[in-house]
Amino acid sequence: MNEALDSTGGAVPGQRFPRQDAGGCGPDDRVPEGVMLTTVERLYNWGRKNSVWPLQFGLACCAIEMIAASMARFDMARFGAEVFRPSPRQADLMIVSGTVTKKMAPQVVRLYNQMPEPRYVIAMGACAICGGPFRDGYNVLPGIDLYIPVDVYIPGCPPRPEALLEGLIALQKKIAGQPLTGAGRPRHLDADAPGAFPVPEYGAHDLVGPQLPAAPDA
Amino acid sequence: MQTLEQIKDRIAAALPGARLAVIANASPAGQPSLLLDHEHALEAARFLRDAPELRFDYASNATGVDWPERTVKERVKVKKMIDGVEKETEELAERKIPGCLEAVYHLYSMELGHGPLIIRLRTGNRTDRVTLPSLTPVWRSCEFQEREIFDLFGIVFEGHPDLRRILMWDGFEDHPMRKDYAPAASGEAKA
Repeated sequence: MNEALDSTGGAVPGQRFPRQDAGGCGPDDRVPEGVMLTTVERLYNWGRKNSVWPLQFGLACCAIEMIAASMARFDMARFGAEVFRPSPRQADLMIVSGTVTKKMAPQVVRLYNQMPEPRYVIAMGACAICGGPFRDGYNVLPGIDLYIPVDVYIPGCPPRPEALLEGLIALQKKIAGQPLTGAGRPRHLDADAPGAFPVPEYGAHDLVGPQLPAAPDA
Repeated sequence: MQTLEQIKDRIAAALPGARLAVIANASPAGQPSLLLDHEHALEAARFLRDAPELRFDYASNATGVDWPERTVKERVKVKKMIDGVEKETEELAERKIPGCLEAVYHLYSMELGHGPLIIRLRTGNRTDRVTLPSLTPVWRSCEFQEREIFDLFGIVFEGHPDLRRILMWDGFEDHPMRKDYAPAASGEAKA
């Protein structure tokens, strides 16, 4: 564990203890070899970010790239995210991979609501981000972030598996950087954070129901 | 395969009183089509399917077309009195073509290996006379495609066994493939 923490947690900002040298005795000579000092926050986030289990579903051609990313050639297992769960109850990450039609949007939001916290969303590809080439059409949602909060946007049409992996790494960095207390804490540690997001309903001309405010520019 | 004119004559001979018209196609494809009337469409379709030398047993495609009302400008020859002399001159005249909705079927014969034969049905207008006879009783493959036409163009097919929307949800009221459809602005809050 000592090595793993070193290799994956070395880049975390605000690190309180310097890296141990190989074969050294830790930051302090009084700490014996094989013992490492860290914070609960870092250890907790290190565990969370290295076992992000995605929900197994795909919406369009981006899903093919997602499948490729999970297979041996690109091997998402290297990042601990290979365990695609068929149930939202066991999933941590929703990869919205593809075109979200207005007819499908309520089901996507409902699946998201069924996921337990902590949960994260990757909007994969132009369609999931903003509707893509179908944005002005009658049947495609102009961005899944109208209804659920998106953590990482991956542009592309479709994004290559490497792009999905980079998005996953970006998400891991975000998880690793989340403080467990204070303003930027994850939603599951914030009792006031919304647990369920309103599911849009089918209206006479369009989906009806409250939408999320526009995402702030990153 | 016989020519469209020959097929038309055969239908006319088999179904006296049927109003048929060959619609020319000026595009490079040059595929003319056959316009059927509402009263005889079902019988004509059965005839096309069952006549031993035609045997159009496969409807590969059914689709809709929206024709909004349009005006065309044509050169018309008019006789006019000019300086006391009657002369024939050309004038630009506008002609209104009323709008309608159209269902187009592409037929092939698997048995005889010919096709396509293109037949068309037209509604009375685009608002209240939008009923056409369903050809699903003749070609089962039209079932979903006629539902799609009903969904996206708003043509009501009489005699269809299960006429519901197929792509949009049940409570949806518009017909998105019509030319005058304007999508609801659901992304405005975001943009």
